[in-house]
Amino acid sequence: MAQGIKDKVAIVGMGCTQFGERWEADIKDLIAEAAFEACEDAGVELKDIQAVWLGTQWGSQVVEGGVVTGTLLSSTLQTQYVPVTRVENACGTGAESLRGATYALAADAYDLVLALGVEKLKDIGFGGLPSVWIGRWESVYGAFGTGPGRYAMAATAYFAKYGLSAEEGKRLLAGISVKSHYYGARNPRAHLRREVTVEQVMNAPMIAWPLGLFDCCGVTDGASAAILCRKEDAKKYRDDYITIKGFGIAASPGWGKEREDYDFTYWDATEAAARMAYAEAGIKDPRKELDMVENHDCFSIAELIATESLFLCQRGKFKEEMADKRAYYHDGEMPVNVSGGLKSFGHPIGASGCREVYEIYKQIQKKAEEPSRQIENVQLGLAHNQGGHPGKFVGGVTIVGTP
Amino acid sequence: MVGIVSYGAYIPIHRLSREKLDQVWGGGAGKGEKAITNWDEDSITMAVEAGTDCLKGIERGSVNALYFATTTPPYKEKQSASIIAAALDLNEDIIAADFANSLRSGTIAIRAALDAVKAGSAKKVLVIASDCRIPPPNSAFEPLFGDGAAAFLIGEDGVAAEIEGSYYLTSEFIDVWRLEYDIVPRTWEDRFTLEQGYQPHLRKAVAALLKAHNSTSKDFTKAAFYAPNARSHAAMVRTLGLDAKTQVQDPLFDNVGNTGAAFALMTLVGALEEAKPGDRILLANYGDGADAHIIRVGDGIEKVRDRRGIKKHLQSKLVLENYGKYVRFRNLMQFEETPTTRPRTSLPQIWRDRNWVYRFHGHKCKKCGKIQFPPQKLCMYCQAKEEFLEEIPLWDKKGTLFTYSMDERQPPIDPPNVLAAVNLEGGGRIFSQMTDRDVKNLRVGMPMELTFRRIHDALGVHNYFWKCRPVRE
Repeated sequence: MAQGIKDKVAIVGMGCTQFGERWEADIKDLIAEAAFEACEDAGVELKDIQAVWLGTQWGSQVVEGGVVTGTLLSSTLQTQYVPVTRVENACGTGAESLRGATYALAADAYDLVLALGVEKLKDIGFGGLPSVWIGRWESVYGAFGTGPGRYAMAATAYFAKYGLSAEEGKRLLAGISVKSHYYGARNPRAHLRREVTVEQVMNAPMIAWPLGLFDCCGVTDGASAAILCRKEDAKKYRDDYITIKGFGIAASPGWGKEREDYDFTYWDATEAAARMAYAEAGIKDPRKELDMVENHDCFSIAELIATESLFLCQRGKFKEEMADKRAYYHDGEMPVNVSGGLKSFGHPIGASGCREVYEIYKQIQKKAEEPSRQIENVQLGLAHNQGGHPGKFVGGVTIVGTP
Repeated sequence: MVGIVSYGAYIPIHRLSREKLDQVWGGGAGKGEKAITNWDEDSITMAVEAGTDCLKGIERGSVNALYFATTTPPYKEKQSASIIAAALDLNEDIIAADFANSLRSGTIAIRAALDAVKAGSAKKVLVIASDCRIPPPNSAFEPLFGDGAAAFLIGEDGVAAEIEGSYYLTSEFIDVWRLEYDIVPRTWEDRFTLEQGYQPHLRKAVAALLKAHNSTSKDFTKAAFYAPNARSHAAMVRTLGLDAKTQVQDPLFDNVGNTGAAFALMTLVGALEEAKPGDRILLANYGDGADAHIIRVGDGIEKVRDRRGIKKHLQSKLVLENYGKYVRFRNLMQFEETPTTRPRTSLPQIWRDRNWVYRFHGHKCKKCGKIQFPPQKLCMYCQAKEEFLEEIPLWDKKGTLFTYSMDERQPPIDPPNVLAAVNLEGGGRIFSQMTDRDVKNLRVGMPMELTFRRIHDALGVHNYFWKCRPVRE
């Protein structure tokens, strides 16, 4: 009988590189930067690590021969013949690396493990993500679309369903981007560190109508890492460790965009993952019980819909929530993405899921690098990480908190 | 009686005004505009459009042969007609043939179709003429050449217009040609090509036809015939003794242009659209010789009125803002190469998926009744297994736009890339690129239809698939 994971595994050290366009760093530099910081934070040596989960989506673009194996990490960190599992779940890769590491500890297979997510995107020569058009029909002859193009369809659908004009809809989304940039500006490790105004967001060049430049995250290099052990060993490393409260990972059947009953205004996989994680963590009323949420806001519309699909706000009610402009700020009722989020902190694909947990870890420890965004008392936080596109997501929810 | 059972035509939605050419090259382009294919169209996709128009209300399985006429087949080796036949969802047990290289290939194909029906080897033959010739920039051809297609179903039963008589003349005369490596056509000085080529050849064919049928040009309600340009067309009207006011079918130089192998047959479609039972139409074509035909319109014409044909296609148009767009569409310059990942293709995938890539078949679940595209392993609604999924054609379905976006970060031939989710009438939703759209005029809920397009070229292969577009009516 499955037991659930709640409070069995602890995070005792974390690291996160400077996010941004890291022209001076290659993928190995990023891996080392995050891993060294995590080890130092946990007070452990690399040689103490017994197993590694390495998450990267586009590592194949920048490594020798285009093939990523565990040796990308072992050769970088000179680990000596420990298992390195490479995981990949599109933009939800980071959550997957943490999850693999956690379950291995819970199975008593190891005592101390490393989960690390990394992406080096700025070596490929163009903005946006690489698209390798050799897959199934969409690649060869279908309606391939970029990330912004896919997510923008959800914005159009959301506006239509809830009777928002393009102007009203864009203004609603602009409020989200303004918040993301507000916190990006207050996060020394963030990629986008400049505040913007609603008018700037509204008048920005189009990326994929109705999403403009400031509705979209940048293309970011970065890595993040976590050192994990079983809870009973955590005190050996530090007092202010955190524990895993629950996971939910749900792969949608994947044809949402072709099913007439899917309306693009909610993330079905996220709802499923949230239900799983809430059940495991014993959370009944997430909005009341969670002290902070880092959700998958690669686009402004993504934050809006994720907030609803994580049941923090009823479907279609986000606009009313935003009437209280501070509701989702660090001093508001339900802080969301006060790190700057994927939007402004940055979105190095394979690193994001782990990076979200990093923010919660630091907030719980009251170590937000810029005190002006420190949330007063964080006991329980949620990291939402998803891969794919509207109608075809892998949704991931990781809940962590004080032991 | 053997003759034309049905007809159809296609004119691409984009028009380039000759004024825009004047702005670039300094004058002399003349008045009006020309019809040009979108960047995702070619002679094959236009043929599918004209064929679809022609086969409206006609059982696709009743067509026994497809003859495709063009001077611009997208492949030099590899049949075009087979792709068109698949996209029209015709049966596999048909004869398909390309009639290529000559401006007269359309009327030559019609003769072959008539012969096949008369000989009893086919009951219905679909003949489609489609051309998409690239004129040399800043040439006399540039303002002149337009793109379009015409289709005729030739058969015995339900004839709308009988071909009473024809005269064919073959000549080795050279006036416009392309070598195997040429993109644009070459020509000779027009005093020679017109005076020794077009004028005497067409005149001779018409004269021989009229003589054989004891007719004069006065006996025709309308004359639909090829001419290299408007001026030579007007001269031929006089030469043939036609009344320019009443007897001449508009050759569409002002709003479509010279559509090459499709020209004479598109003009004939224009004539048939307005024809009444009992009318006689003179059809004449030119190129490597000439041919002329007497067409008598019958009562059956009333049954094939609901075509988009020439008139409706002319009515819906999008005017290109500038010459630069046209240069992009036709790839007339060496453009910047962006280091984005190149499009790929896979012939095994296209072959495996041919029934939905070309034929646009989807699935209907026999358990829950839901229609779905693309075909599935398990019903995406009730998870019934594959044996419950029945293949059904969806190409004829119209739909409504459920949601869309306009993606600026796509290969920049004609940004934005409009991504669309379209709900089909009767069930099913397709996730698709939208083409032939006016980006200022999109709204959720607008009526959509499907169109067969060239998605991209990769590894030397033309990838065709279906897109959606706002309904062209």
